[in-house]
Amino acid sequence: MDGIAIRAQAIGKRYRIAHAGRTQGSGMIRDAIANAARLPFRVARRAVFRRGRAEPTWPSHEEFWALRDVTFDVAHGERVGIIGRNGAGKSTLLKILSRVTTPTNGRAVVRGRMASLLEVGTGFHPELTGRENILLNGAILGMKRREIFARFDEIVAFAEVDRFLDTPVKFYSSGMYVRLAFAVAAHLDPDILVIDEVLAVGDAAFQKKCLRKMNSVSRSDGRTLLFVTHNLSLLEAICDRAYLLSEGRVVSSGRTSDVVRAYLTSTSAAGHSARVRSDALRWIGIVNASQLTALRSDSDITMQFEVATGDRDLDGLDIDVAVHNAKDEIVVHAMSRVVGPPLKLTRHTHTVVSYTIKSPKLLPGEYYVSVYAADHERTLLWVEGVPAFTVTAESYFGVLEVISGIKSPIVPEFEMSLTDLAGAGR
Amino acid sequence: MGHDRARVALSVRASAPAAELRETVIEPSGGVTSRDLTDFWQYRELLWFLIWRDIKVRYKQTVLGAVWALIQPLATTVVFSLSFGRMVNMSSDGLPYPLFALAGLVPWNYFAAAVNAGSSALIGNQQLISKVYFPRIIIPLAAVLTPLVDFAIGLALLVAALFWFGIVPSPHMLWIAIFMLLAVATAAAVSLWVSALSVQYRDIRYALPFIIQFGLFASPVAYPTSAIAPGWRGVFALNPLTGVIEGFRSALVGAPTVTSTVWLSGVAVVVLFVGGLVYFFRVQGTLADQI
Repeated sequence: MDGIAIRAQAIGKRYRIAHAGRTQGSGMIRDAIANAARLPFRVARRAVFRRGRAEPTWPSHEEFWALRDVTFDVAHGERVGIIGRNGAGKSTLLKILSRVTTPTNGRAVVRGRMASLLEVGTGFHPELTGRENILLNGAILGMKRREIFARFDEIVAFAEVDRFLDTPVKFYSSGMYVRLAFAVAAHLDPDILVIDEVLAVGDAAFQKKCLRKMNSVSRSDGRTLLFVTHNLSLLEAICDRAYLLSEGRVVSSGRTSDVVRAYLTSTSAAGHSARVRSDALRWIGIVNASQLTALRSDSDITMQFEVATGDRDLDGLDIDVAVHNAKDEIVVHAMSRVVGPPLKLTRHTHTVVSYTIKSPKLLPGEYYVSVYAADHERTLLWVEGVPAFTVTAESYFGVLEVISGIKSPIVPEFEMSLTDLAGAGR
Repeated sequence: MGHDRARVALSVRASAPAAELRETVIEPSGGVTSRDLTDFWQYRELLWFLIWRDIKVRYKQTVLGAVWALIQPLATTVVFSLSFGRMVNMSSDGLPYPLFALAGLVPWNYFAAAVNAGSSALIGNQQLISKVYFPRIIIPLAAVLTPLVDFAIGLALLVAALFWFGIVPSPHMLWIAIFMLLAVATAAAVSLWVSALSVQYRDIRYALPFIIQFGLFASPVAYPTSAIAPGWRGVFALNPLTGVIEGFRSALVGAPTVTSTVWLSGVAVVVLFVGGLVYFFRVQGTLADQI
């Protein structure tokens, strides 16, 4: 495997999910004891009645494959992106590659030291000083004592915290904290750097610095980069190659731009997914879809969707809506609580919820909504990625071409003018 | 300017030739492999860093700091001396009762603190476990070793008490190291089992304080083994702490008699420890999923 940094062969990961939303881990030993106590009887009964092989049954568990048959190679010095919707298995894959958890089957070989920036600040202790935390965090990330001491000054300089080195980090601002944490991780000197959405931290200037560091990490001395993000433009800027994960499988791979396109088309075709389902409040669907196919950017958007109650009355209900663009960025978040008192719904009824968003000035493109409903106690309904409406291209400010250069998800109306100061006494 | 410094920092490293790169194989977890052992060796420094962290943090926010390590055994000794010594008139194998009680409490307090910390160590460090790889066994081990600092302070107190009662410690006291090794092994064995089990079964945490309290009275801390009916001594010896405390005490006043109790306790610890290791290594690969 010359020149290969990561080789994953048929990796699979199975989780067992307990019903009633409990994970396997938080079980109670009394249940296990009760189960174990019943086991001999079950076995005996099966033996007597000869109904197949006696297997211990754990009726309260359900299996779920977070990853299935994931195979890929990453060469040394390559910069590879991994994309996919939430729950596609990206984080599970990173956890397996960074050895946080083991796969259920398959095998992977990683050559060289791997550092993942998903662990920024892990193991920082608020009571310890910046200096002490650098040592501790370095050790946790797998650095040797002499390596930490050798890079100590670089880390401090990068984090720009020299003056507060002997202050407990609980007194740090969140910005300082993140800078210090990132600095330690970034100076791990890895052969393979794994980055998972880390750029959401810090201020803009620091993000830029991190980005530069990432780029130079692989460009200047041929290190390997594995990058997981939702930020598709960043992905295209950094990665040579990408893999698209969907429901735990690799569904597309190749040049980044091709994979990004595959991702965008797959998300619009995929339809919605339910994060939370309950009998108390069911999702029926968008009812005015035909009015939502070709909206103008500056028109009001009225979305009507239908929900149905179960066999109890609901009280104190909030129903929130978020609008996502094709890159899965939230561009509008509307909460019922903001515009009125908590809602009431009668049992066994169908209700149409109508949201009007006034002139959101969205860029042309496909839009999706997430709907979230909760009463005092719990989340009753949470659907994601429901294809909702399309905003068509039209002229802004009388110029259509301008759109392609706009970086923001919305285009507010704005004005600009110049004032000549020459005559003002200068 | 900060940017420039960072850039300088970056270019220092020349990439290592590919042949030198360490290869890591990731596979479904099973039992104990030689890879686990080499890994543990690679990460041995982390063990010391975690102990160092726990000690630092512990003394950072206390007014009395190390004084607590003195107050605890002293206060319990006073209570035991008044209740068992005076009221019950418990026999104490020829030692003055307060000294007898203190000599039992110092190793017992270590054990109780170690088991307490070791057993909850995995759950207490879940942020670490769910985000970074390192040999998981380091966490309960560090937690078990940290209370040795308090033990050392307690031991100094015990030596002072010996002089107070007119007993000059002999070189035989070095035997204490052997018995403490047994105590550490016992605490580690219990912690391996309980810490791993309590990730899956959270209610073990609620049972633990009760079990430790029970252990105080099931071990010869307040009373000597000679006070137990001979027929029951074999059962008592299965409690490894019986051998530890008995041996510890006898080493204070002369050459310890390594009785069959100590041997039996030793065997019990080895069985418990090896079992704990096997169980721990079997589940450690997926601890992050359950925590």
